[in-house]
Amino acid sequence: MTAATVIAAILAVLPLALIFGDLILKGASSINLDFFIKNPVAAGQSGGGVANAIMGTVIIVGLASLIGLPVGIGAGIYLAEYGSGRMGWIVRFVADVLNGTPSIVVGIFVWTWMVRPLGGFSALAGAVALATLMVPMVTRTTEDIVRLVPESLREAALALGYARWRASLLVVVRTALPGIVTGALLGVARVAGETAPLLFTALGNLHFKTNIFEPMQTLSLQIYVYATGPFDEWHRLAWGSALVLIGIVLLFSLAARYVTRARYGRG
Amino acid sequence: MSHPSPPLPRIRERAWGDTAFRVTLTVLALTVPLLMLALVTEVGASAWPAIKRFGFSFLVTSAWDPVAEVYGAAPMIFGTLMSSFLALLVAVPLALGASIFLTEFAPDRVRRFVGGLIDLLAAIPSVVYGLWGIFVLIPLLREYAVPPLRAVLGWTPFFQGQFYGNSMLAAGLILSVMILPYIASVSREVLLAVPNSQREAALALGATRWETVWTAVLPYGRAGLVGAVVLGLGRALGETMAVTMVIGNRHDLSVSVLEPGYTMAAIIANEFREATTNLYLSALFEIGFVLFVVTVIVNASARLLVWRVARGSAVGSRAL
Repeated sequence: MTAATVIAAILAVLPLALIFGDLILKGASSINLDFFIKNPVAAGQSGGGVANAIMGTVIIVGLASLIGLPVGIGAGIYLAEYGSGRMGWIVRFVADVLNGTPSIVVGIFVWTWMVRPLGGFSALAGAVALATLMVPMVTRTTEDIVRLVPESLREAALALGYARWRASLLVVVRTALPGIVTGALLGVARVAGETAPLLFTALGNLHFKTNIFEPMQTLSLQIYVYATGPFDEWHRLAWGSALVLIGIVLLFSLAARYVTRARYGRG
Repeated sequence: MSHPSPPLPRIRERAWGDTAFRVTLTVLALTVPLLMLALVTEVGASAWPAIKRFGFSFLVTSAWDPVAEVYGAAPMIFGTLMSSFLALLVAVPLALGASIFLTEFAPDRVRRFVGGLIDLLAAIPSVVYGLWGIFVLIPLLREYAVPPLRAVLGWTPFFQGQFYGNSMLAAGLILSVMILPYIASVSREVLLAVPNSQREAALALGATRWETVWTAVLPYGRAGLVGAVVLGLGRALGETMAVTMVIGNRHDLSVSVLEPGYTMAAIIANEFREATTNLYLSALFEIGFVLFVVTVIVNASARLLVWRVARGSAVGSRAL
């Protein structure tokens, strides 16, 4: 039976090796300079790149972070500092519920909020959808890490005559900062690859756009369209986009680990 | 000589700062429940016309006819349950087996390394799983898995019909890989939370290491392990992109895993933009609402189960 558990462990890691192997094999061959600096060409023709999708991913994920991170981090600090009462319980519970909510449901929710009333799809709506996914995640990681700061630090600051808010911000939160940054980076990594909430908000766009009030392409949307389309050239670009997307996601995940490790040592 | 101490701010000024700090944080924290409230009311209100029109029969009938404006979600509900069940069937033994090996038998280093690799599966975006499913998994299934499955189990109702590639089987397998890291990571934390005295007691009674796991460790962590599985179920139910890309998106209800199917999340992803009439759109919102309610219930019960074992520690929040 012990051998069976070893086999289970090997089988559990196997898909990872297969997926990364295929991504590198099929993705790397389609990545060249054109891939990064050109926009998609007409359907069926060869050549072209995904510059529009890379730019769109950066804009939408950046905007989502701008909206979602302050709210999530603020809510997390609230929970750690004042979250022992009933309101703390409610916020915590709701954050957990939102965390488990299917992202497609968040997508249609933001559609009712930002697309239906305004009469058009937009990158901004996509960013709001991603921010909605980011907030509960960042809230919980921030709370967990701020709670770890020893109470004695705060007491020392208060004894030196700090006001409570200064003690919270300059001593407690500052001590927890690397952990908060880690949580934020993980939040960004999680939403960077999201597709479902963008289908009815950012919509996608074959042209290079930087106006956040217009539909915009992201790498994830591009992969969906290209993978399910009929052309070999599209499939090639889909694999390349997937490799770049996973590179972005892993970069943020690794950065998150590095920030924590640099401060707290291994673990 | 003592240094001159900086002048302390006056008490009134400090109290003002404290109030401002607290109010700011409270407003930010209130955003979370307000978002949830807005989500429930917006999605619920948009679903209302369909709820009013079809009532309970929406959940148990299988007509889906935008021309005649008749909608029933039974095939999608069935497909969601079936694909999630298939995913659990494959993922649970693997995830639990791997977690037992990593926590009970493997050295610390191996546990961290292999555990980290399994966690990495959770970092892969859903749409990339879908891409891999279309171009790698489905051809593999067609070539190597379906013929033997048919030869051995072809007489059962589960392996009937034509295999086109896009199928319940492909969706279930992709889902199993996607939920594996969540089940594995939570069950690993649950097993690590089992006190060592449990193991020592069993070993002292002469149990082998496997008997120790089977009779002392697993029963102790049972509620938490069930919680880990239920958490995986919650993920599987709501998963959208990868499933949409490989399940075939067909409205029929079939128990054969070789045939295409549909899920609740997939029909929203696929038809939301085509929904031309208000009732059509409303029917899709109702599916979203049902999906939301089901995942909330599933996730809440998972959390309760895990908390019973590892009280206090934030088990599960670490999953990427």
